[in-house]
Amino acid sequence: MVKELERAGLPVVHVCTVTPISMTVGANRIVPAIAIPHPLGNPALDKDEEKKLRRKLVVKALGALQTEVDGQKVFED
Amino acid sequence: MAKIKVVHYINQFFAGIGGEEKADIPAELHKAEVIGPGMAFNTGFGDEAEIIATIICGDSYFNENIDAVKAEILGWVKELAPDLFIAGPAFNAGRYGVACGTIAAAVQEELGIKSMTGMYVENPGADMYKDKTYILETKDSAAGMRAAVKKMTAFALKYAKGEKIGASCEEGYMNQGIRVNFFEKERGSKRAVDMLIAKLNDKPFVTEYPMPDFDRVEPNPAVKDMAHATIALVTSGGIVPKGNPDHIESSSASKFGEYSLAGVTDLDADTFETAHGGYDPVYANEDADRVLPVDIMRELEKEGVIGKLHEKYYATVGNGTAVASAKKYGAEIGKRLVADGVDAVILTST
Amino acid sequence: MRLEIGKINITDIRFAEESKIEKGILYVNPEDLKPVVLEDEKLVDVVFDIAKPGESVRITPVKDVIEPRVKVEGKGGIFPGVIAKVDTVGSGKTLALKGMAVVTAGRIVGFQEGIIDMTGVGAQYTPFSKTLNLCMVCEPAPDLKQHDYEKAVRMAGFRVATKIGELARGIEPDETCVYETLGIKEGIEKYPDLPRVGYVSMLQTQGLLHDTYVYGVDAKKIIPTIISPTEAMDGAIVSGNCVSACDKNPTYIHQNNPVIEDLFAQHGKTLNFVCQIITNENVYLADKERSSNMTAKLCRMLDLDGVIVTQEGFGNPDTDLIMNCKKIEAEGVKTVIVTDEYAGRDGKSQSLADADAAADAVVTGGNANEVVILPKLDKVIGMMDYVNKIAGASEDTLREDGTLEVELQVITGATNEMGFGLLSAR
Repeated sequence: MVKELERAGLPVVHVCTVTPISMTVGANRIVPAIAIPHPLGNPALDKDEEKKLRRKLVVKALGALQTEVDGQKVFED
Repeated sequence: MAKIKVVHYINQFFAGIGGEEKADIPAELHKAEVIGPGMAFNTGFGDEAEIIATIICGDSYFNENIDAVKAEILGWVKELAPDLFIAGPAFNAGRYGVACGTIAAAVQEELGIKSMTGMYVENPGADMYKDKTYILETKDSAAGMRAAVKKMTAFALKYAKGEKIGASCEEGYMNQGIRVNFFEKERGSKRAVDMLIAKLNDKPFVTEYPMPDFDRVEPNPAVKDMAHATIALVTSGGIVPKGNPDHIESSSASKFGEYSLAGVTDLDADTFETAHGGYDPVYANEDADRVLPVDIMRELEKEGVIGKLHEKYYATVGNGTAVASAKKYGAEIGKRLVADGVDAVILTST
Repeated sequence: MRLEIGKINITDIRFAEESKIEKGILYVNPEDLKPVVLEDEKLVDVVFDIAKPGESVRITPVKDVIEPRVKVEGKGGIFPGVIAKVDTVGSGKTLALKGMAVVTAGRIVGFQEGIIDMTGVGAQYTPFSKTLNLCMVCEPAPDLKQHDYEKAVRMAGFRVATKIGELARGIEPDETCVYETLGIKEGIEKYPDLPRVGYVSMLQTQGLLHDTYVYGVDAKKIIPTIISPTEAMDGAIVSGNCVSACDKNPTYIHQNNPVIEDLFAQHGKTLNFVCQIITNENVYLADKERSSNMTAKLCRMLDLDGVIVTQEGFGNPDTDLIMNCKKIEAEGVKTVIVTDEYAGRDGKSQSLADADAAADAVVTGGNANEVVILPKLDKVIGMMDYVNKIAGASEDTLREDGTLEVELQVITGATNEMGFGLLSAR
């Protein structure tokens, strides 16, 4: 799916937990997520902390979209 | 000859412990126990081999604690010193397939113990690990258990005994990207003529040497002006309006959904849920922002970090969905987003 | 064009006073053949020997393999432009001695000659372990240049094969096969609903002992052209090759081209076999471009629906293969390509030097880099002096116990790219 969106001409950032799968399916901009059932959250944290965490990830994803890449790249911390 | 010693790895579901709600159980070692599909393997082995221990681990636990679980299991397997390590079969269960592939590959690579697993060809674990362990091809669901066990048993005995393993198409394992010679039944020219006739008649044919994978898409240029860009959210995590109005299937989805975000600033338990059947849905049902971060996007939109959150989002269920379908949905979603003037996409997966 | 091939099954070869064929047995007096070889002063000696299937015999270094044939009706003679006059062949009647071959051997010319084992592991891979082989080991004159030596042995082989073929004249064949292709208009009228199929055969033409000849013309100097598939059966295409033994096309395989046979088997049933297109594999990029352009254009002009493309050799010819495939597909003509692979001894490398998504239908003759251990055999026809040097061998090939550790590359015909064998890979 990610490849088809990219093929349509849209820069895509893939936020996902199991990044090797993302590499295999051919995503170019990859941001590692927290966990499978809650990629952009963590129920163990309190509401505000969790939101901060999510915001950090989303900002990182936007950062990836603003970064030129020339192949597949995982945006680690 | 002494019996071949086998250690078997399965997940919480095939161990009979439970489904998604139990996917977070840590790894357990059951010495001298044969559990679930292991029974069928043991029967198939007859006098030649036996399962000396079964290792069980929840799929989510495995994938979220990969390094720790791997180390723990490798410790056990080293101690048990089997002749062969079998994981699964995992059919089309994505996280189970990844777990089977990960642990089988690790056993082989780090302990030098022969390993194998079985799964459906489209299981993400297949592409990730087929060159690191023998992955026998199975059907996409546990309905194919009998056939899978039969195939895996035959291969296991041959492999453990050190007999010569033939080409992938003869033995039924997934091609490891290693070219292996074998003798066909027809000579090459006859195969070429048959292939040409099939191709001329638009009938299916299988090339003997697939060209190296070209299917990489060039990355599009970065977004230059985020403050004026329209960003869309897409997810394969199955986030849908409460009640799943389009009845998107929890596995092998036959469709994707397009839903409005007009006026929505935060996803909550009353309005959104997940239709995805492949992971514990509790957390996403409590707060779907954990999969589809609408709340943060609205904040960033208000602050002017992004120009605009696209007023529609797209959702599908990645679980067990055929690659060809996912491709089709992606193409269609891409077309609509481009038509709507979207500049970039955040795709989230579970 | 319509050609009848009368097959005479040879069940044994024996040395005898009188050279003749009787009740399927070929009797040969080497003294009759020696002058045929030594009429060329570049060769100073020749030893004839016989190798039979199952015997503990190794033939090496093998240069060419030839099937003796004789033309009994119709225009021209066998090996036109080389032995016979340059008349157009491919029609009338030809007799062929089946189950046997003439094998030329002798000290190496380059290092790309091969091995034929009549028993053991190696015998599984070479098609010529199944034929009764009349071997001729030639001794070149001192200081003979490589090119002259290659040509002398090549021509001697054709002369000997022709001489033996002549023995078949007047003998009633055991079986007769008829091969016929129609003119373009006739074909369309007779088979209006069948797909029109051609066969593109790429001939090795890299120069320096890597050449192929068509009616006596060095094929690197040709522009791709059309021939009737029956012409090759009369020896219109001959090998002058010393490329790697596994995937060179000996003259025998041109005479018995398996693609031509298998396309004829479907001719008039599922397809209309229109013609053979011959092209080359030259060393200049401009030549590669020109030849593949011409080949694709011919496919289009002939209104072909599909073609089979076969290769010879590997490395830069992979580019010719892919260019042909890509350009022919771009003309809307469907292709199946036949090649072999050099995927490394571990099978992990990329198999071809070039690749393109258009090549979606590939038949492979297997990985030529696969290592096999050939047993020590009782008798060697030729000499073992070069087993460590021929392509696919190494300085460690000959092991202490007399066995040989080699890549399939050294075995004549092992990964044939005309699809002559059963070997494949996945």
